[in-house]
Amino acid sequence: MTQTIDEIFEQICTLIAPFNKKNIPITKDSLFSVDLELDSLNVMDILSEIEDEFDITVPLNMLPDLETVGQFAEIVKQLLSEQ
Amino acid sequence: MTFDLFEKFDPILNDYNSLPKGSANPFTVSMEQVLSPTTAIINGRETILAGTNNYMGMTFNQECMDAAQEALLTLGTGTTGSRMLNGTYNSHKKLEDTLKEFYNTRHAIVFSTGYQANLGIIATLAGPKDYVVIDADSHASIYDGCAMGNATVVRFKHNDADNLDKKLARIRKNDPQAGILVVLEGVYSMLGDQAPLKELTRISKAYNAFILVDEAHSIGVFGETGRGVAQEQGVEDQIDFIVGTFSKSVGTIGGYCVSNNPKFEALRLVCRPYIFTASLPPSVVASATKALELIANSNLRAKLLSNSRRLNNGLSQAGFDMGTTGESPIAAIIIAEQNTAIAFWGEMIKEGVYVNLALPPATPKKLNLMRCSLSAAHSLEQIDFMLEKFILVGTKLGLLQDIPKRVLA
Ligand SMILES: Cc1ncc(COP(=O)(O)O)c(C=O)c1O
Repeated sequence: MTQTIDEIFEQICTLIAPFNKKNIPITKDSLFSVDLELDSLNVMDILSEIEDEFDITVPLNMLPDLETVGQFAEIVKQLLSEQ
Repeated sequence: MTFDLFEKFDPILNDYNSLPKGSANPFTVSMEQVLSPTTAIINGRETILAGTNNYMGMTFNQECMDAAQEALLTLGTGTTGSRMLNGTYNSHKKLEDTLKEFYNTRHAIVFSTGYQANLGIIATLAGPKDYVVIDADSHASIYDGCAMGNATVVRFKHNDADNLDKKLARIRKNDPQAGILVVLEGVYSMLGDQAPLKELTRISKAYNAFILVDEAHSIGVFGETGRGVAQEQGVEDQIDFIVGTFSKSVGTIGGYCVSNNPKFEALRLVCRPYIFTASLPPSVVASATKALELIANSNLRAKLLSNSRRLNNGLSQAGFDMGTTGESPIAAIIIAEQNTAIAFWGEMIKEGVYVNLALPPATPKKLNLMRCSLSAAHSLEQIDFMLEKFILVGTKLGLLQDIPKRVLA
């Protein structure tokens, strides 16, 4: 029962919600820093929630390449498929 | 597009430029004269130093100063060499022997700062196929050690044993053979909370991970002979590496790592922050050696913690929103608005008390803190003076509803 990228994206949006204090609408192209006004600490916390939600390890080392919510969804999909 | 390397700093520069100018600016203040471990002349006024990390008051200890002076006069002002080339004197070895004795370990390596000790140990030990697992609230030197190394970095929720367990379980599931280094701190410096080392070490060992504990803020402060939180919590035999600093309780500068690992000395050959920087000057080495001997045999810990409880209790009874509980030498109040925190700092320095203004991202949970780190060298009168000024300024800025009664009783 592999999840589609859209399902993963929706799940990630739910995890981001508590950090999205201004309820800014989230798309796959939303940039964490600019569009969602989140700093690197927030993004690290979100990453940690994602790890626990999907039961995967997402190394902090990947963060510099993860700028949008869509990129997060893609990396989760990739890591799930590698299991 | 721009060619300006500095453009990325514009947002932080703008924030900085909006700070109060002159003597109320927390980041430009300097000390005209230092009178003792707890007092200095600032803006022409005698001021109590309330946030120095000078836990034992060692900076003006007569025996330490004598030792430093003698080393200065006999060995000179600096080594002009790295530990590997020209920079190891007998006194560096003696300092390492003193550390081994202090911790009762087989090995000790001295670095030029605690920052470099973390950088070197973490970046070197954990290689490309290994994992480093760190607490979310780790000190910058730990994060930077991770960034400098090639290991996979995973972060667990602050002091959360279950979360650590989950992260380790996942790593092991995918990679049964991987080397894992779990990095913890004895005391987290912003809010003074201890790591629950018993649980965290039990879990780490269940996954065959190595454990490093940074005791920067706990050496001298906790444990029967001042070795830190690992000693206090009775788990020293579970810890593979202890990192620490001479820049707080020891009253000078320098860092170290101690261990019983039989291959530990290999690090001297491969650890770049150990090799490619100059070694500590002889005077620093001499005062650190003396201070370690004094700390092991002193009972300044009791005085320090009672000082901290006095300030913590007073602030809490006054009605401040407390970040700390008094179980460590840190006393911090939480201030909701950053501008109020900055104003608080400015009022305190005017009243003759120099506290730390600690702001995000250096603080956990994005808190704005007015943070004191107590010293065994603070007198009761100094503590009560700090408390009086905290209450005065807190009342003035509307952080305290009623003028509290009885707080100084
Ligand atoms: C937890 C922790 N580790 C390491 C360090 C670095 O110590 P040093 O001042 O010796 O570089 C500090 C001090 O700021 C610290 O708080």
